[in-house]
Amino acid sequence: MTVTVQSRASKQAKRIALWFTTFALMLVMCVPGLWVVLSAFRPNREILAKPPVWIPQELSLVNFGKVFGFGAEQVGIPVGSYFANSLIIALTSTIIALIIGIGGGYAFARYRFRFKGGLFLGLMLFRAVPGIALSLPVFMMWSKLGLVDTKLGLIIVYVSLNVPFTIWLIDGFFRQIPQALSEAAQVDGCTRWQAFWKIEFPLAKSGIAAAGVFAFLTSWNEFALASQLTRSTDSKTLPVGLLDFTAQFTIDWAGMCAMAVIIIIPALILTFIVQKHLIAGLTFGGVKG
Amino acid sequence: MIRALTTRRTEMAPFLLLLPAVATMLFVVALPLIFSLWTSLTPYKLTKPNTLYDFIGLTNYVRIFGDWDFWEAFLRTIGFLTVALNVEFALGLGIALLINKITWGQRGLRTIMMFPMMFSPILVGFQFKFLFNDHIGVVNNALQSLGLTNRAIPWLVDAKLAMFSITLAEVWMSTSIFAILLLAGLFAMPRDPLEAAKVDGCNAWQVFRHITLPFLMPFAYIAMAIRSLDVARAYDLVAVMTDGGPAGRTELLWTLIARVGYDEAKMGQANAMAYVSTILSILFTWYFYRKLVAARRYMGGAE
Repeated sequence: MTVTVQSRASKQAKRIALWFTTFALMLVMCVPGLWVVLSAFRPNREILAKPPVWIPQELSLVNFGKVFGFGAEQVGIPVGSYFANSLIIALTSTIIALIIGIGGGYAFARYRFRFKGGLFLGLMLFRAVPGIALSLPVFMMWSKLGLVDTKLGLIIVYVSLNVPFTIWLIDGFFRQIPQALSEAAQVDGCTRWQAFWKIEFPLAKSGIAAAGVFAFLTSWNEFALASQLTRSTDSKTLPVGLLDFTAQFTIDWAGMCAMAVIIIIPALILTFIVQKHLIAGLTFGGVKG
Repeated sequence: MIRALTTRRTEMAPFLLLLPAVATMLFVVALPLIFSLWTSLTPYKLTKPNTLYDFIGLTNYVRIFGDWDFWEAFLRTIGFLTVALNVEFALGLGIALLINKITWGQRGLRTIMMFPMMFSPILVGFQFKFLFNDHIGVVNNALQSLGLTNRAIPWLVDAKLAMFSITLAEVWMSTSIFAILLLAGLFAMPRDPLEAAKVDGCNAWQVFRHITLPFLMPFAYIAMAIRSLDVARAYDLVAVMTDGGPAGRTELLWTLIARVGYDEAKMGQANAMAYVSTILSILFTWYFYRKLVAARRYMGGAE
């Protein structure tokens, strides 16, 4: 009797120890990111202080104001227009990639046709071309077409960057919907288009949204191509703008941290919303396909 | 007649649906790749536009294969990826197994685990540049405050330490994707074989080695396949953290391409290097895709 109570107690203790270890481990993993976020609210003199100031004495939103050009002090970097460029480019390319991806994903999920496997693999392999390698010929072509340093130029590139992955995810989500549903609707007199639009599309909607978030974040975060294809405030995006800080004589660490937080907030919110669908899409589409 | 028409239309449907996707990829990826292949066979320099029409055969390829800088960057890239991917897999597996054991607060842990996934490579690069700065970085500050050292360790200036810092940044950035996909695999795992093995007297290691691990392999290959699509994102990390320095000691293939192509304006030679890196990436992706298909077939047979 005492033995079982003891062993149960030690089992319980083991579980609690495991819980704390895991939790501590996860927190340690987050420290580097959290340190940047914290520094965004601290003044430069505290960041640069020697000996270091460990416990923040002043926390304020001043850095964000400076970055956006509010208030007396202002950094000489037009973060506001970079933000607008990033938003326009990422949103437009996501919408176009989704429209193309829904068509392609539906075709892969619902039809049998020749070269299906080859075509799917081909799309994926195109996606594998390193950004910097692709940027060389695209840069040369875009300069001939007058697309360097335009939003349109970057949008076109990002659409092609996002199409393969969008197709992969959406294909996975359509496969999860039993084909019998749309067949039943067609027996009842719907056209294939109506069956798609009234039954399959609404069921796949959350998955499609997840694919959209993924595409948005890819465009929002992309650097290798953007750094070569943009020149000025006409088209520079936030990741490229972040490097503007390093070109100055003294690096404005607080300003960079504030800009980092501005870049990460949309990513944080969007990833949080769709995390469940994203995992489902990646694994289902991959394993059971 | 009518039937013939409808079957033909259904045959056409998938191709029509795929047409925009294929057209985009042809225009933005395939066409540039052909152009880049041609450029790699010319001595093209951005400053001398006419050189685009001089055909010089494989001279650029011969030159880069005889160039020690290229081989150094090439081998460093391979080494970097080998270390980073293996560490990411091992850590990801460990984290997934730990979180799988936990019953209370698992959702919260999963969300925390995904935190690094939200950082873009450029941000991760900046973040570690900030943390590892020799004067104001938190790493040196902490070491000094704890009295472990009193000098400023040159994390990003010394060649070996810089490579270590870059690898650490890469591992921090990408371990989550392994962890999350392997965790999804653990959730999908059927209970019966585990219980049967326990009844048959297998110990924990045997169960892990012969049941859990084989079941997880397709998920590992998915993670590898996804990762192989964007291993070149390490370019962003290096571009921010060291830009290939000091003296080219952290130069990866991708930063070398950017330097030769844009800074030195030798487009022909850069395109030759880019072609080598593209083929490398495609082989890598293809390999893991094949592994994935094979593992999937094996699982399908076992089901």
